[in-house]
Amino acid sequence: MFIKVNREKCTGCSLCISSCPYDAIVLHEERAQITPLCQLCRACLGVCPEGAISEVAEASDQKEKGQGSGVWVFAEQRDGVIAGVSLELLGAGRRLAGQLGTDLSAVLFGKVGPGPEELIRWGADRVYYCADDSVANFNDEPYARLLADLITEHRPEIVLAGATAIGRSFIPRIAARLHTGLTADCTSLEIDPETRDLLQVRPAFGGNIMATILCPHTRPQMATVRPRVMKPAEYASDRKGEIIPVSAAQAVSRTRVVETIREVSEVAVNLADANIIVAGGRGVGGEKGFALLFELADALGASIGASRGAVDEGWIPYRHQVGQTGKTVGPKIYIACGISGAVQHVVGMQSSDIIIAINKNPEAPIFNIATYGIVGEIAEIIPLLTRKIREAKGL
Amino acid sequence: MKIVVCIKQVPDTAEVRINPETNTLVRDGVPSIINPYDMHALEAALQIRETAGGEVTALTMGPPQAEAALREAISMGVDKAVLVTDRLFAGSDTWATAYTLCKAVEHIGADIILCGKQAIDGDTAQVGPEMAEFLDMPHVAYVRKIDEVTNNRIVVQRLMDDGYDVVESAVPVLLTVVRELNIPRMPSLKGKMAAKKAAIIRLTAADLKADENSLGLKGSPTQVKNIFAPEAKTNRMMLSGTAEESIDQLVKELAAMKCL
Ligand SMILES: Cc1cc2nc3c(=O)[nH]c(=O)nc-3n(C[C@H](O)[C@H](O)[C@H](O)COP(=O)(O)OP(=O)(O)OC[C@H]3O[C@@H](n4cnc5c(N)ncnc54)[C@H](O)[C@@H]3O)c2cc1C
Ligand SMILES: Nc1ncnc2c1ncn2[C@@H]1O[C@H](COP(=O)(O)O)[C@@H](O)[C@H]1O
Repeated sequence: MFIKVNREKCTGCSLCISSCPYDAIVLHEERAQITPLCQLCRACLGVCPEGAISEVAEASDQKEKGQGSGVWVFAEQRDGVIAGVSLELLGAGRRLAGQLGTDLSAVLFGKVGPGPEELIRWGADRVYYCADDSVANFNDEPYARLLADLITEHRPEIVLAGATAIGRSFIPRIAARLHTGLTADCTSLEIDPETRDLLQVRPAFGGNIMATILCPHTRPQMATVRPRVMKPAEYASDRKGEIIPVSAAQAVSRTRVVETIREVSEVAVNLADANIIVAGGRGVGGEKGFALLFELADALGASIGASRGAVDEGWIPYRHQVGQTGKTVGPKIYIACGISGAVQHVVGMQSSDIIIAINKNPEAPIFNIATYGIVGEIAEIIPLLTRKIREAKGL
Repeated sequence: MKIVVCIKQVPDTAEVRINPETNTLVRDGVPSIINPYDMHALEAALQIRETAGGEVTALTMGPPQAEAALREAISMGVDKAVLVTDRLFAGSDTWATAYTLCKAVEHIGADIILCGKQAIDGDTAQVGPEMAEFLDMPHVAYVRKIDEVTNNRIVVQRLMDDGYDVVESAVPVLLTVVRELNIPRMPSLKGKMAAKKAAIIRLTAADLKADENSLGLKGSPTQVKNIFAPEAKTNRMMLSGTAEESIDQLVKELAAMKCL
């Protein structure tokens, strides 16, 4: 495929030039011209009022579709607890499998508290289950090899995993190994009814644009999916399914986890999984101010986030940082306290369902994206809010 | 110790916007920068060289203009700069990018490869781990601290969702780094002078002896079907009155939505 400008239709208006993120279009003899900088990102398609820009398919674009059937979900566990996102993926996988008229399998490495049957109750028809101690804890190479071998043997058409630290680290190795496509951090998955291809929607350019990604020719189609955007499947305690034991042949690894340090904080820092996040910025004023946020978070059962402003001040460690250079989060409720709403912060939290902004400056840009805004002092608003929430919850 | 740092030249995405009417990108005057995460990878490479000795090569795959990113890396102190550029690379997704970079690393030779956690244009965080697989090397993602480096062993801290792991790895190894790792240095005056004169090594697909079917659009299993603007949230509400009144209103709204 390549992008072409029809010189007859082009009026030299330059609209397409500013639409190109890679500066790959120039004016040449008063007509737009695509230069070798073009990354084929398709951002320019459709921008031309004269319809002079089009994509041209080449013979080599016509490939045969790979084969495969069945939808798979990698069920992530840590310390024997199944990650929330895995249950959400079973929900999404159930729906996709229904649309494709196929079945849903989960893949579980390591033991989990309620046993592998739990994944069946959460919607899987089948669980490929490896109980070997060698895969009880996450390790990139053995996990990648084992899952890749299972995929090669059983040939699913779709493989989903959580866009967690674990999923985003080892799943790419599998895509490389199997020469197939992998779409990162998806927020929506649908089936194209005509081609049966998976339409994978994800944010790019720091959340400023959304892109639909296809993997048209190779199988499986693989995606990591952002936590908290899909609905979990319905739990049915009487659901029946099949458990297929798998052994981890030789789980050799050139890396070894020497020690695991969990953040011992009363309030979880697992921002990716948080339902509610209370986040503080420079306007919180210091560690004392953050203590107020911790109380609010405690009342709500929330995690604590922060802007880079607050992290740079040293009031809170980096791992709480949300934004372009911190974590990307999408909780149900995001409470931004004393955060101005700089775009680098906003790209990391704008997909939150409800955004509550508390800021003393009514002009602060954070109010432009807030669902609810309160103009006021942190020191006054937060303790009052904490008290009222405790009251409302009957605490 | 041979260290290769993969850097990518990216548009400063914080300034890229989409025009909601036409669903196209607006990029007027948005500057190109070295991917911010890769600056931390560069800094880490220079620090490893300071303690363990060796040679640092900055590697980028991109259009001829990406040379600017390499010159910036030289001004920070890297020893060599390699630009992998060829029309055949256009349209590369993460698979084809990782394959191409792997071929380049094989050409250069490396004990430690450093990548940023992710590039801020695609935000995929996939190129590093995919490269490690192609190179048949272990990798550690989201490195936030490098505790120890020797010729055959490295100990690092890896950021996880719920804390961090201390991970030991054999060398050669590939690391992807987060911003917590360090503060990138500023270019020195001497570095800036050197950067002007330094020769950039250029490699094409032919130099890499790469399989043409694995390059660029042809080698890319994924395709971008379309792009569009994120949905704008519409139900905005400023809560007014005294602090107490507005908070009562807020708590009521939250309770009504069963958020409490
Ligand atoms: C390459 C790059 C990457 C970046 N990445 C990130 C990132 O990942 N995450 C991030 O957050 N930032 C990031 N930034 C920084 C970002 O541009 C902003 O500087 C930062 O988000 C500002 O933090 P802040 O809102 O806490 O501070 P400020 O901008 O200082 O805002 C403080 C706010 O608090 C309000 N306030 C002050 N006192 C009170 C009070 N007593 N009561 C109530 N309100 C009060 C003020 O009105 C103001 O709106 C990045 C910047 C760059 C250049
Ligand atoms: N074209 C490229 N040239 C050099 N390094 C790259 C390139 N693309 C990606 N990388 C490296 O891979 C990391 C992750 O990129 P990505 O997977 O695109 O988010 C970046 O931080 C870079 O270190």
